Amino acid sequence: MSEEITPYQVAPKTPLAGSAAAEIREQGEITRRSFPFVLTAAWLLLTAAVGGLASIFGRFLFPNVLFEPVQKFKAGLPGDYSVGEVDERWKDKYGIWIVRTEDSMYALITICTHLGCTPNWLPSQNKFKCPCHGSGYYKTGINFEGPAPRPLERAKIAIDTADGQILIDKSVAFHQERGEWTHPDSFLKL
Amino acid sequence: MANLKSVQDGIVNSQIWKSIFRVGIPNTNRKRVLAVLGSLILHLHPVKVRRSGVRMSYTWCMGGTSFFLFLVETVTGLLLMFYYRPTIEYAFTDIMDLREQAPFGIMREMHRWGAHAMVIAVWLHMFRVFMTGSYKPPREFNWNVGVILLVLTLLLSFTGYLLPWDQLAIWAITVGSNMARASPGAGTEGPMSSLLKLGDVPLIHSGDDARFALIAGKSIGAATLLRFYVLHCVVIPLAAGFLMAIHFWRVRKDGGISGPL
Repeated sequence: MSEEITPYQVAPKTPLAGSAAAEIREQGEITRRSFPFVLTAAWLLLTAAVGGLASIFGRFLFPNVLFEPVQKFKAGLPGDYSVGEVDERWKDKYGIWIVRTEDSMYALITICTHLGCTPNWLPSQNKFKCPCHGSGYYKTGINFEGPAPRPLERAKIAIDTADGQILIDKSVAFHQERGEWTHPDSFLKL
Repeated sequence: MANLKSVQDGIVNSQIWKSIFRVGIPNTNRKRVLAVLGSLILHLHPVKVRRSGVRMSYTWCMGGTSFFLFLVETVTGLLLMFYYRPTIEYAFTDIMDLREQAPFGIMREMHRWGAHAMVIAVWLHMFRVFMTGSYKPPREFNWNVGVILLVLTLLLSFTGYLLPWDQLAIWAITVGSNMARASPGAGTEGPMSSLLKLGDVPLIHSGDDARFALIAGKSIGAATLLRFYVLHCVVIPLAAGFLMAIHFWRVRKDGGISGPL
């Protein structure tokens, strides 16, 4: 009846003349010319959604908190270990053998260098023997039989100056084949 | 451009490409039909859809929403399974860890909200189907499939309710499973159960009735938690997935999405 705009009407926003949006508005439906834009927008949205979801799912697989034994731990006083023996008290909990010799101590990581099994210490044969494929190591950790390609790794070992306890840090490993067993952190001089 | 054309030809004529897209470039009507029929995704879509079938005011899109929420529940539930262990030692702390420590603590909330939304959506879908008369022949079989799917949705909610293993969960399932005592002929307190006896020995007692089978014991415990977990994550979703396949298939075969026939 009249052209007056009532309070309930929204003043129409005029799209750019001749643009795809204007055509859609005029005809009230998707036109041949506007279709590629609609299609592109739809594909972009889908790609963004799938990409976003995929990254969320991927991130979800990486836990923020690990329920694993800590890498650093205190292993008591050097006097707690007897000379010439391979000590297995930390094997189950932290995966470490502590070996004390006449004048030094070192911490061997209990992971076979062949395929990652846990070897056994055989006191009667004075060697480490892996049950999976038969790799054998001397008490020093040097490999001498079976498929193991290199010696066992040694963990960082130090003395806590505050209470005199042994500090083991498994996150630092020393490789014999790289000549790292002469590093001062790879053994304790007693 | 000649180079580009030869590269394109090289790709389209390669064995890898041909093994995936059997028909080639769909540039004739015959090839277009074959391309659609030969594709799992494309053939799911009906050849034609009624105008009323895509009108939101007619369908409310509640069936589609229910299915979408089922997919949301499947995906979020699958992710939750990476962190949740159904044992009385770990269940509750794993739920707390999912909220506090695992990446995207909202994942469990999404699963929970999605579950509530799915129950609502399924009810609304049923209401719409009833109000539009879409349950009438030849769709009466599909209505029955839908009713079973509604029950499975409620059972999914019920079994999932125990998994947080908090006080709310344990007592809710205690109350809920006590209702199984009243199953006719299968619960100790149900009608007709007392008739099933050999001489003086009752066949239905607290050690072999419906409730016992449901909670794997005489009270809620570790066995119940494991049983509900398996029902919630494997048995009921598989059953629901199978019935949904039938449900969607029958929608197509019974004349398409709702609307007057």
